[in-house]
Amino acid sequence: MTASSTVQEQDDNCYHCGLSVPKGSDYQTIINGKSRSMCCPGCLAVAQTIVDSGLDNYYKHRTDNAQAPEIRSEELSDALLLELSLYDDDSVKQGFVRNTDEGDEATLVIEGITCAACVWLLENHISGIPGVSKANVNLTNHRARITWDSDVTPLSDLLAQIYRIGYQAHPYTPDKEEQLLEQEKKRATRRLGVAGIGMMQTMMLAVALYGGALQGIENQYVTFIRWASMVIATPVVLYSAKPFIVAAFRDIKTRHLTMDVPVSIAIYGAYFASVWATITNSGEVYFDSVTMFSFFLLVGRYLEMIARHRTGRAGNALLNLLPASAVKMIDGNEQLIPANELKTGDVVLIKPGHTIPADGMIISGSSSVDESALTGEYLPIRKECEDKVVGGTINVENPIQIRITEVGNETQLSAIVRLLERAQEEKPQAAQLADKVASYFVAAVLLTACGVGFGWWIVEPAHAFWITLSVLVVTCPCALSLATPTALTAATGTLRQNGLLITRGHVLESLANATHIIFDKTGTLTEGNLSLQEVIPLSSLDQDHCIQIAAALEKHSEHPIARAFHEQSADKSAIDIQAELGQGLQGKIDGTQFRIGKPEYAAKISSTTAPPLPQVSGQWLLLCSESGPLAWFRLNDQIRREAAEAIASLQNLGLKCEMLTGDNSSAVAEVASRLGISDCVSGVSPAEKLEYVNQLQGQGAQIIMVGDGINDIPVLAGAQTSIAMGTATDLAKTNADGVLVQHDLLRLVDGVLLARKTKSVIRQNLGWSLCYNLLALPLAAFGFIAPYMAALGMSASSLVVVGNAMRLNRIPKNKPATKPTNTASTDLNTDSVV
Amino acid sequence: MDIIFLLIPIAIILAGCAIWGFFWCVNNGQYDDLESPAHSILFEDDEDLIPDDAKVAESDKND
Repeated sequence: MTASSTVQEQDDNCYHCGLSVPKGSDYQTIINGKSRSMCCPGCLAVAQTIVDSGLDNYYKHRTDNAQAPEIRSEELSDALLLELSLYDDDSVKQGFVRNTDEGDEATLVIEGITCAACVWLLENHISGIPGVSKANVNLTNHRARITWDSDVTPLSDLLAQIYRIGYQAHPYTPDKEEQLLEQEKKRATRRLGVAGIGMMQTMMLAVALYGGALQGIENQYVTFIRWASMVIATPVVLYSAKPFIVAAFRDIKTRHLTMDVPVSIAIYGAYFASVWATITNSGEVYFDSVTMFSFFLLVGRYLEMIARHRTGRAGNALLNLLPASAVKMIDGNEQLIPANELKTGDVVLIKPGHTIPADGMIISGSSSVDESALTGEYLPIRKECEDKVVGGTINVENPIQIRITEVGNETQLSAIVRLLERAQEEKPQAAQLADKVASYFVAAVLLTACGVGFGWWIVEPAHAFWITLSVLVVTCPCALSLATPTALTAATGTLRQNGLLITRGHVLESLANATHIIFDKTGTLTEGNLSLQEVIPLSSLDQDHCIQIAAALEKHSEHPIARAFHEQSADKSAIDIQAELGQGLQGKIDGTQFRIGKPEYAAKISSTTAPPLPQVSGQWLLLCSESGPLAWFRLNDQIRREAAEAIASLQNLGLKCEMLTGDNSSAVAEVASRLGISDCVSGVSPAEKLEYVNQLQGQGAQIIMVGDGINDIPVLAGAQTSIAMGTATDLAKTNADGVLVQHDLLRLVDGVLLARKTKSVIRQNLGWSLCYNLLALPLAAFGFIAPYMAALGMSASSLVVVGNAMRLNRIPKNKPATKPTNTASTDLNTDSVV
Repeated sequence: MDIIFLLIPIAIILAGCAIWGFFWCVNNGQYDDLESPAHSILFEDDEDLIPDDAKVAESDKND
């Protein structure tokens, strides 16, 4: 199979972004020798740019469709170019452009990267721009590092070029937390490398010692090899294994025994005893066991850390919500300034389609504002003069001027972030099974070691020390401490391949223990945007014709209602468009006046009364011409196709499904009844959502919260387990414990199933390693265990544990009896037709 | 067997070099992105490097 066949090439889907091509549209270009159709002029422009710069190989190699581009035509809009040109300003540039010997260097965050071919495309396209000497794009964290000569190409040109091939670029300034994460990762990699190299070297020398012990070896060689082993093992213990002892001391201080304590006792006890044995030329050395043990454990920790860092795109999460620039009014003149220079009291002009840069009050004009980023509701809210508007929301209809009342930390957006921080602090800790076992284990081992030491001291004092030490090394909880991380790492990897990204270590345990699963409505159970569901013609004009007229009118608006029509192609063109705030649109097509919108408003044009609303609930629009009503259009937020099946499966698994939403319209009950959710709480604020979840948790419920909007963030942070949709805002994603990458709710079912299997594998692993320790302990206590046996036993038990964990590489099948697949697939079809 | 008094120190020095090289790689960002390099080898963007006569053979093979 070649790479090209991995992306579905259906004729009715856009070749570039995979969305469906509207009927009758004609956006075609030739790619790799074949004519391909696109869904919109934006995709066409992007594809054309890619082909023109000779990078059409991108289409051969990609494994995922491109994101629909933000631009709408070949030429970037003046507004965008003007905004980008702000980045050429020296004071703005200072923040993120570094001067190096080779030229200027900047790091950009790139949005829209979907697969490795995107990285190839970006690197090649950027390298082709004059003046660029180095371009490096990171697939893992979606960042580009570019070195270029800003005298040849200004930064704004670079950014514009990236927009032209369908991605969005923002300058990136790492915050402190993120720099720390980066350092942590580099440190962990270095530690792992030292442990790996050290382990191989000591093992090689240990083979000589073991061979010597069996066959006979001269004492001078033994001494020399021991010294050499010590030299190699020292950096492993003192550098690589340092995190274990640091954590152990912290845990002892807080009187809380974790796995780090027995691990540190084993590593450092065995190491210092071996050093003493080497110097005094007596007893046994355990350098090989110590280094191998450190390496195995570090591998487990490293994999865990990589999984945790995967969504480490937190840095600019807030920044992306707020616009980079604002139009400030100075003595009646408009001036574009960077948004972070805004102060309280400034007057700012906000054009339709622009994001409001800070909290403020409207002082002139009236419009409607899309607050979906904050509240999750997709319908804009009407705002009049003197109404308050919130930073991060989008002005939809008319230009307005606002006086800034709050900036920076005072804004509502920041308040939500603070609520989130508080919720995170108060989050109930999921008790980790391994730590519970560890605390008993550590006590038992220490007591036994003391008992054994005391017994031998009475019987034969010369052997007491070495036998006590061999007890400690043999019982060294390698398998025990690998039991959990290997199982978690294997399960996390499997889930990631299946579209559920786990970002915190405790998630699998809390998924398995969950009793409740709570969903947000808009954007989680539903698609989160309006789409055209039904057309009822009222005159002799047929359905297609009515859609054509509506699409031609709505093409001129960016209102969420109008956007539902944008995927329909409009062959006709409307002129004299007038928008009536919160009512609808009026326009002239082929000499006839049409109106679309609220029934009363639309009916006025024909001086008739509006026909009665149809019975089905939803958002109804009426299309009228001068001669009378033409058609009803029903728009609705569509329930996700797989939602009903996912909820039924989750209920089968014994989870109680609930819905918690800020919406309080009749749609709530309808969605709940169609999905079979009996409990739902509607019309609640972010704080009330958190309160509700806390209250349930107080009654002992283990909660999984699934959500997507900024308004869900506090409750996501407060629940034991939180899952964000892949379409959620970055801020929601980085604060959730898991992300549904392909926003497929069925993956939740897989997640719960695999989490339960993981739990049982962890139990088996813990049981097995305890068994091994119990078996080895009496042998060591009676002095039967030589160092090579200890090393062998430890490796063998670790391998069993790792092998057992590998079983988690497959997702367990849902019980077929409870989920008849045939009916499920027909459900899908009926749902998608509705 | 006295040769081990020379060989083992050499081995240790070499291991030291390997660790130095590894530290250099990590600090230089070589391990930052472990995903895309695995794919980039598959991109056939080396057409200008392939001699003309070899190109013909390549297209024959595909057909």
